[in-house]
Amino acid sequence: MEPRIGVFICHCGSNIANTVDVEEVVRYASTLPDVVHADHNMYSCSEDGVGSIKAKIKEKGIDRVVVAACTPRTHEPLFRNACEAAGINRYLFEFVNIREHCSWIHMKERELATEKAKRLVRMGVAKVALLTPQEESESPVVKSAAVIGGGVSGMTAAISLADQGFETHLIEKGSELGGLVKDLGALFPSESTPLEFVKTMRDETAASGVRIHLSSEIKDIQGYIGNFDVTISENGKEEKFKVGVVITATGADELKPVGEYGYGRYPNVITQSELEKKLAKGERVGNTVMIQCVGARQPGREYCSRICCMTAIKNAGRILALEPKSRVVVVHRDIMSYNARNEALYRKSMEDGVTYLRYTLEDKPRVEGRDRAEKITLREETLDEDIALPFDTLVLSTPLVPNPDNGKLQKMLKVPLDRDGFFLEAHVKLRPVEFATDGVFICGCARWPSDVPECISQAGAAAAKASIPLRAGKVRTEAITAEVDETTCTGCGNCIATCAYGAISIVEVEGMRVARVNLAQCKGCGACVGSCHNGSIQQRGFTEKQLISMIDCLTEGD
Amino acid sequence: MPEFEPRILAFCCNWCSYAGADLAGVSRLQMPPNIHIIRVMCSGNVKPEYVVKSLVEGVDGVLVLGCHIGDCHYISGNHRTIKRFALLERLMDDLGIDKRRIRVDWVSASEGEKFQKVVSEFVAQVKSLGPNDIRRDAA
Repeated sequence: MEPRIGVFICHCGSNIANTVDVEEVVRYASTLPDVVHADHNMYSCSEDGVGSIKAKIKEKGIDRVVVAACTPRTHEPLFRNACEAAGINRYLFEFVNIREHCSWIHMKERELATEKAKRLVRMGVAKVALLTPQEESESPVVKSAAVIGGGVSGMTAAISLADQGFETHLIEKGSELGGLVKDLGALFPSESTPLEFVKTMRDETAASGVRIHLSSEIKDIQGYIGNFDVTISENGKEEKFKVGVVITATGADELKPVGEYGYGRYPNVITQSELEKKLAKGERVGNTVMIQCVGARQPGREYCSRICCMTAIKNAGRILALEPKSRVVVVHRDIMSYNARNEALYRKSMEDGVTYLRYTLEDKPRVEGRDRAEKITLREETLDEDIALPFDTLVLSTPLVPNPDNGKLQKMLKVPLDRDGFFLEAHVKLRPVEFATDGVFICGCARWPSDVPECISQAGAAAAKASIPLRAGKVRTEAITAEVDETTCTGCGNCIATCAYGAISIVEVEGMRVARVNLAQCKGCGACVGSCHNGSIQQRGFTEKQLISMIDCLTEGD
Repeated sequence: MPEFEPRILAFCCNWCSYAGADLAGVSRLQMPPNIHIIRVMCSGNVKPEYVVKSLVEGVDGVLVLGCHIGDCHYISGNHRTIKRFALLERLMDDLGIDKRRIRVDWVSASEGEKFQKVVSEFVAQVKSLGPNDIRRDAA
């Protein structure tokens, strides 16, 4: 029976359609062999989009589906589910990436990008025609978790998992729990002090039965969802355990802006966290100027750290409360007082007498002084005037910067970092706090700078997501395992030497030695395929025929 | 005459290089539109025959991109890749194909910029080699 292929091209709003002529790709797709229906959606992944795909499958008797949209790493499960719901085996589906791999990287080349998208769709159609139905198997999930990082995020996630009854390991590099928060002078906007708050959390962590590993370093993480082998060095002693899921909560560090505005040279130029320590000890700081966005939102480090404006507003208020006669001026480029609560605090800060002045990136404030910094001069943007501000203390608001261990950890966990060095979650809307790699989750400042309430919400979300496979006790594994054609296999054993999982063995079938794959052990890499001298071993969903059909699309004329 | 636009195939492993290409896209890193990615689960799945067949049939260049050595999602799949392609490179002369039409490299999930760099360099290299005339020569 001839395949009946349906092709659905996504506009992704303007993300694809601005660069790729979607209608043209649809026209082209409808001319390809075995395509009985080609269509486009504004957002294929929306309820409407998925609904219309399902309706078309039924209406047109489609038995294989190609969706050309974004990346299978985030959206493949959604469309496979749609196929299944419409009565097609979920493996008779092929994803074509025309966003990350086309429209977003060829934004100025509409014509060439459209031609490329057409070829990519053609390759997808060629492959889908050759796909065969597959059944998934299940693999067990070890019912325990590792949480990396013992700050507020890590403790919150660990408590949540331990309270659900899962064995939970909390791994902290330092000698005590509490992360960045334990070093703060005041918690905002609540009345409790950071020390009280951290102590409460530590007590809760201990009471919930979390296995706490202090002064511990991750040595190695191997494995996959349901079955990770974690090796740590705790106080120099090696320990190993198995977990089903991993939550990354490694936090971030405050940037020390050495060299900027006299920091490191003048004793009275300090960062916000250094100010907090002084205030916590009751030290007087006198007339104070704060400069925002030091080392942030400028070439080399372009992101906004989000939380430093509220830190400045908090500390300005604390100075005024302790020393009502002091004058506090915040010099900024924009105030990031997102959400209603923060905006109200910003307004109150102005009413309380904190002065806010604007500077520009092109004309940064200049610091003058001899033994101590004495004043800054700046071009005030709104007034368009030079202003000189004498002070006793100059406080620099610096961004949170990624934990330097992120690079090492991302390699072990096989998850991405963004260009700034923070961890990159699978999708901000569809899969927040998850990585594209199954079984690994992210929360808190390791993801991007967040305040304490945000960290707690994210940690709760990550723990909830992580508990799904733990509770189920099993995960469905993709059916992209290897299979041997026993009629042609010569039993040479090349594939056995290639398999890193020991999944292949030689068995005797009617007196002939042939290779056989143990599906429970096969992880679906296909490395064995490349070692077979006569094509007897194939990977489901990535067979020689299927891949060559894609290659042929590029060598034939359009 | 319009500029020669080579057709280039890139085999990318699902876990590292395909994700690196995704990150390049998310970061809007611009690069020439000559690369067509075929996703495989592991670079160890890419048979040298696929590369030879592509080139013999007129594809202008083939990239094989995997995880960095030591970072393979499947422990050691890319060890196979590196060995197979070292051998293939040595055979290219015998096949009458310029070995500069092949490149094996490693791009991690966090290396969007490296993906852009490898693609841009390889496209420029294949452009400088000109069209793959092997089919015409054979005719």
